[in-house]
Order: sequence, then C-alpha cells, then structure tokens
Amino acid sequence: MPEVTLVGAVNLALARAMEDDPSVLVLGEDVGVDGGVFRATDGLLGRFGPERVFDTPLAEASIAGMAVGLAAQGFRPVAEIQFSGFIYPAIDQMVNHAARLRNRTRSRLSCPMVLRAPNGGGIRAAEHHSESVEAFFVNIPGLRVVVPSSPAKAYGLLLAAIRDPDPVVFLEPPRLYRALKEEVADDGRALSLDTSFVIREGTDVTLVTWGASVVEAMAAADDLAADGVEAEVIDVACLKPLDMGPILASVERTGRCVIVHEAPLTGAPGAEIAARIAERGLMSLVAPVQRVTGYDTVMPLLRLEKAFIPSTRRVIDAALRTLEYA
Amino acid sequence: MAITRRRTRAGAPAPTNEDLLNYYKDMLLIRRFEEKAGQLYGMGLIAGFCHLYIGQEAVVVGMQAAISPEDSVITSYRDHGHMLACGMDPRGVMAELTGRTGGYSKGKGGSMHMFSREKRFFGGHGIVGAQVPLGTGLAFAHKYREDGGVCLCYLGDGAINQGQVYESINMASLWKLPVVYVIENNKYAMGTSIERASAGTELYRRGAAYDVPGKQVDGMDVLAVRAAGEAAVAHARNGEGPFILEMKTYRYRGHSMSDPAKYRTKEEVAKMREQHDPIDKMGKKLVEDGVANEERLKEVDREVKAVVGEAAEFAQTSPEPDPTELWTDVLIEA
Repeated sequence: MPEVTLVGAVNLALARAMEDDPSVLVLGEDVGVDGGVFRATDGLLGRFGPERVFDTPLAEASIAGMAVGLAAQGFRPVAEIQFSGFIYPAIDQMVNHAARLRNRTRSRLSCPMVLRAPNGGGIRAAEHHSESVEAFFVNIPGLRVVVPSSPAKAYGLLLAAIRDPDPVVFLEPPRLYRALKEEVADDGRALSLDTSFVIREGTDVTLVTWGASVVEAMAAADDLAADGVEAEVIDVACLKPLDMGPILASVERTGRCVIVHEAPLTGAPGAEIAARIAERGLMSLVAPVQRVTGYDTVMPLLRLEKAFIPSTRRVIDAALRTLEYA
Repeated sequence: MAITRRRTRAGAPAPTNEDLLNYYKDMLLIRRFEEKAGQLYGMGLIAGFCHLYIGQEAVVVGMQAAISPEDSVITSYRDHGHMLACGMDPRGVMAELTGRTGGYSKGKGGSMHMFSREKRFFGGHGIVGAQVPLGTGLAFAHKYREDGGVCLCYLGDGAINQGQVYESINMASLWKLPVVYVIENNKYAMGTSIERASAGTELYRRGAAYDVPGKQVDGMDVLAVRAAGEAAVAHARNGEGPFILEMKTYRYRGHSMSDPAKYRTKEEVAKMREQHDPIDKMGKKLVEDGVANEERLKEVDREVKAVVGEAAEFAQTSPEPDPTELWTDVLIEA
C-alpha cells in the first residue's frame, strides 16, 4: 500500500471518484492547470480533461451556486474554495439553496455536491487564510459537515461525501496536509458519514476532538499515559449529523470529558457536544466538561498563532483538572 | 523617507523635471522595498502570504500624482506599493510584514491589512474584490460630506469577475459617486490567465452596461498613468460619476511568495522586464532629457536602498507582540 499525505489522499479520492463515476466533476479557482493552491487536484485535469476539471473565475458565490445547479441535474460536483475565509460568499448558496433543495422539492430533487475547503491554521497566515469555519455550517439543517484528521480518513470520508446524495461541506486541515503520511489503500472503500471514531481507548478521561486538533489530543493522551492516566480519544470527524453514541458511551465509563477544537469557543460544535452530554450523560459525569479551543478573537498573525491554536499542554492541563474531582 | 510630496491637481501643468525624478525615485523605492521583503520572506522573517508588487510600480506612482490629499485610496492584498505611494512610512510597513509591534497594525494585520487614517489609506484587504463595495462606500462619504474628495479603488483582473464588483459599479453610477476604479490588469488571477477567466478581456469596458466610461492605459508608463489618472479623477470630482481605468501591467514575481508561477514562460517574464520595465523606461528618459545623468540615478538608488535597509532593520528589531494582544481590539475595551 502506498504511503500518502492527507492532501495526497484527497487527490487519490477525487481521482477514484472520477474514475468510478462519470458524473463527478471538479471545479474551483486554479484547480485545473495549477492543480490547486495546495495541489489537492494535481494531475486531475490531465487525466480527466477540461470538461470534468475546470478552472473557474474568482467568484465563490457562483462556484457554489453553479454546483447546486449541476447537482440538481444529476451531476456530483466537487467544488473547491481556496481558503476557509473565502467561503463566506458561498454560504448564501449553501444555506439558501444547497441545503434546502431536498426539503423544498420534497425529495424530488437532491443536491449531491461537495464543497471542499482548507479549514484552520498552522500555515502562519492570519485571518481568512487560517480560520475555522465549521460552526457556521453545523447550524444549517440539510448540510453534512465533515472534517478529516488523517490521510485514511480523508480518503474514506471524501469518497463517502462525493457518493452521498446530499450536500457535504468538507473541511480539510491544511496544518495536516503534509504533516504525516499513512498507508492508504486506493480500494474505493468509503467510510461512514454517520459515525464518530474512537481512535484510542482509555478509561480515565474522554478527549473529544476533530480535524487538526486530533494531533494535539493524541499527543496529550500519550503524555497522560506516561503519568498513568488513560485517555480515550474520539475523533468526531462528522460534525453534522453528530453521532453522540461513542461519546456518551465513553463518558459513561470515564466520567470526564475534555472537548478540543481550534474554532473560537462561543457557539462552536464543542458547545453542542457539551450540551448533549449534559442532556443525556450528566449523571455519568464526575467533573465538569472542559473545553480547550481557539479563543474568541481574530485568528492572529504568525507570532501569536501558536498561542491561539490549542496546544498539547492546554489539553493535558484540562484533563488533569477533570481528575481533581474524585 | 516616506513619500510626502504635494500631489498634482487635475488640470495642473505638465510634470516638471523634479516631478519626473521623484516618480523615478518613488517607483524605485517600491521596487527595492519589495525586493527586500522577498529576501526577508526567504529568511523566514515574513511568513504566511506575501504578494509582491514588483513590475507594477508605475500604476500607483502615476495615480498618486493625479490625486489630492483629501482623496482616499483602497486596494486589495498586493498593497505594499500603494501604502508607500500614499506616503506611509516604509519602516511601519516592513515591520507589519514581519509581524512586529512597530508595524502599522501593531503586528496583528500582516502584509494584507494595513491602514493609515492620516494618509487616507483604507487598506489592504485580503478578499478578492471585496474592497470594491468598501471603496464605493468611501466615495459615497465624499459625496455626502461634499468634501471634494475622490476615492481611488484599486482591483485586479481576477477581482473583476466577482459579482459584488458589478453591484458596486451600478450603485456608483446610479448615484454619481466620485470613485475611480483602477483595474490593475497584470494578466494573471493567481495562476489563471485573463483569457482563461474572462469573457471579454477589454476590462475598461466592464462599466459599459452601467454607463460608466472607461479607458485602457499603458500601466508600465508612469506618465501615461498620470495623464489618464488626471482625466479620470477630474471626471469623478466634477460630479460626473465613476470612471474605470484599466492599467495594462505585469507582475514579475509569482502571485505570492509560495507561487512558483509555472503557468507562464520565463521568456514572457524576461520580455516584459527587458522591454517594458517602468523604472528602466523612466531612467532612460531622465538621462535622454538631460534631467539626470547615470551617476545621479545611482545616487538615487543608494538613497533608496538606505531607506529600505533602515526599514528592514527596524522590522527585525521592533518587539514582537505580547500574547495578551490576542484579546485586544476585538471589541472596544471598556
């Protein structure tokens, strides 16, 4: 099996989906000739031709809107938005059209499109090149929101997203694009979009996270284990719809939960997860739920980026705080 | 050495020899500043995204010569040249690039986000085309206040295909707003050439449906830019509404420092540099007209390099922002 990076796995999944299904199209700014700013679509133009892989003008609202139109005609467009902060003009189309086509037509039409974008920091650029936007999308009924955290997840989840009959916002952490390699079989097998993943088992505290923060959560679990604390780590991956099953089951065993994400604190998915634990798992808890997140401030420039992104240290400290409760 | 010379009013006489030498110096300052920024980026002192203006210097210098101190300027992310042309301090601009507290945004804005109320420079904006409605709003304010000001609203050939650009042009024409839309057509929207992204590549005509006049200009010739700028600014200032100037220009470097620019040939870039460079062209004219000799031009280069060197020094020694700065300037502090 070849070892690939996360961005390589995205490329692999796109190529596989296009190979298997002629209705899959790729569009976006510089996705063709240039192969994408992060090279996620590298080589697709040469392999599948300009009818299926096309560079668009700079026009995010219309990129998303055209994808809705294509999807309504039975295509499976995969549209790329170059950076997360460029996605806002596309939100109008995603909310008002992509997410509601099925409901408005009482399922006579659906919108099998994917909107891909990098999401989050770590590339030393401020604001709109680095911010986390998942909170905007999880509040929208009719959308799926998916955040891969590894090459294998990127491959399996992107294939699932493309094959899914409903619109999927697929947010890729650029910090992980080339950070690690993993063996990924290009076997066309999709992962489920309806499950959270337990990626490390433990009995003392539950760490719930997604995207790039999975790296810090796993590192924190390693450090905690050295001190005899066994952390269970859950990669939510699919933020909407949200599979609470593994989270509630874990919290029932550990009684402690730390939620880790890079998006700012207020109104982000961590708040939703904490609320659902309070609703359905409160009696399991022996300590208050902790959240380790980005702050309620603008994603800063390089000098302060490390202070913003949740660090392994902050995750460990939060876990230790939960352990202060007997 | 911030650029602080008086600007020429519309209808002003032809540029003096001193003006010509100043345009040369201003363009050279931007060129040397950008070369230094590229070096600092290579050394890891500037990170993230950094979009250099090298090749396009004649556009901002020529346009700046056509406006008055009450006028406002706004642009997108390839903005260092605009800030220097507006008279902002090279030290403050460079320190912002390195993310230091001595920068115009205290090291919190970076390359794309700097402002100066004093110089009426309203940014520096990272979202392609999104500065166009802002510039239209700046023009609305000029008109409402009757302060005689005009807004220079710069945008690129990539931005010209964003929908909000046309929403703005329509409103500006409808309400006769004093705004000049300066399209810097450097032929490439990141990696996509104008021919591959635009139906109709004569961008000065993009206002035709809204009754907005336009003109195509040799953006590699600072005097052509100045002349066209004066006419367009006079049009806007006289209450006749917006004007579109399409500056045919060229960037020598990639879209950003992380762009290897494989979408065009080395020969194409070399041809522009060798045959159309705005600074070389002006230098040649100065010598031919007897305004300055080669030695004087070298002296100008030394002066400019000293200014840039000082800016680079400042940008490396100014303190880094304290982590507590994460929480400042989000909302007004009580």
